[in-house]
Amino acid sequence: MCLAIPGKILQRREDMGIVDFGGMQKEISLVFVPEAQLSDWVLVHTGYAMSILSEDEAHETLSLLRERYGDC
Amino acid sequence: MAIADKFRDPILVRAIASKLHENTRPIRIMEVCGTHTMSIGKWGLRKMLPKSIELISGPGCPVCVTPAGYIDALMGLESATVCVFGDLMRVPGANGTLEDARSRGHDIRIVYSPMQALEIAQERETVFAAIGFETTIPGIAHTIKLAKTQGIGTFSVLAALKAIPPALDALLSSENIQVDGFILPGHVCAVLGMEPFRFLPEKYNVGGVITGFEPLEILSAIQQLIDMNDHPAIHNQYARVVSDRGNPHARRMIDAVLQPNDAIWRGLGTIPGSGYTLRDDYASFDASAKFGITITDEAENRGCRCGDVLKGVIKPDQCELFGAVCTPASPIGPCMVSSEGSCAAYYRYELPQTSTKDQRQC
Repeated sequence: MCLAIPGKILQRREDMGIVDFGGMQKEISLVFVPEAQLSDWVLVHTGYAMSILSEDEAHETLSLLRERYGDC
Repeated sequence: MAIADKFRDPILVRAIASKLHENTRPIRIMEVCGTHTMSIGKWGLRKMLPKSIELISGPGCPVCVTPAGYIDALMGLESATVCVFGDLMRVPGANGTLEDARSRGHDIRIVYSPMQALEIAQERETVFAAIGFETTIPGIAHTIKLAKTQGIGTFSVLAALKAIPPALDALLSSENIQVDGFILPGHVCAVLGMEPFRFLPEKYNVGGVITGFEPLEILSAIQQLIDMNDHPAIHNQYARVVSDRGNPHARRMIDAVLQPNDAIWRGLGTIPGSGYTLRDDYASFDASAKFGITITDEAENRGCRCGDVLKGVIKPDQCELFGAVCTPASPIGPCMVSSEGSCAAYYRYELPQTSTKDQRQC
């Protein structure tokens, strides 16, 4: 039940949106991510988007890890 | 998202694993999320670690920490349609499982979201089995608010919601448990942020790392916990999902609809302030008041040691029932039922397929 699934916002109408999960589209509540825009990736849990995924932060973490462990 | 694949880079995974092998100081690290438990098993991470690093699973699976009496209470609601998350269907209570009750004619339905239960409630008296941690609680709170706004009086929830920080506090204050660091639950932290975990270093001198579920993320979190040495702190290594301050919109929704109360955790007993009940404004949506239900800390199934597994006191295969009479196909305790349970993960990933307990005894 705790599975959180990333999906991409295709449409937004007030608190609800259509989110694409690799081809499957579902109506998802965006009430907790009011700042989310079309094409943002969100992490969805029990029908609610709980956070906006940041690709920049992902690259930042990866480059830190490479820097720290890449020379091992 | 292809970015997740980059956190599986085998060259970096090997580099961190070899760095971890430099560690000689014994360290016990607890993960507090069922998805971490599954990930550690799935990627074989335990086998990559030196003997000095021990990974233990904590009370991180909402189905597993739900008391058996809760299942019995749901079964007693025969006059209503009961909506549950799928994992709950096969957890044994005193009178069998919800699956058994459904086969006897009780209208029990599996839903993915509490909003589905609210839709069903527009046609019939419906009780939603509200279990979960901080990831699930905001959505449930929002659904209760919708029920009030839309005036759907046939909707109610039987709340067995749980907050993670008080459970960690209770664990650490217990004398027979030794934990040196936590892999903190990534998605719970997406709601809570870092702040509610600061007590770990401040009160108990234990560090924690918020991290994701890919091999690189878990292994580097372990290395960070080792590097903290005598200076424990809370780090956020999962910034691609978790902002340091969490999700204030979700927390505000929890606060508006729910208030903390004492909650029964299977294996841990009653922990003050570790659960949620409905605020007075929403009391008419509380199934326990509506149907006169009291949930008690029922005795465990005989021989089942899920309670000790949840506290990290024993490993799953140290339970007499594990692999012999308790298997994923025929589970006795909740830790074997839930796909995120420690016993299910251990059975699936940590044992060679030919060495389950019944075969070892042959």
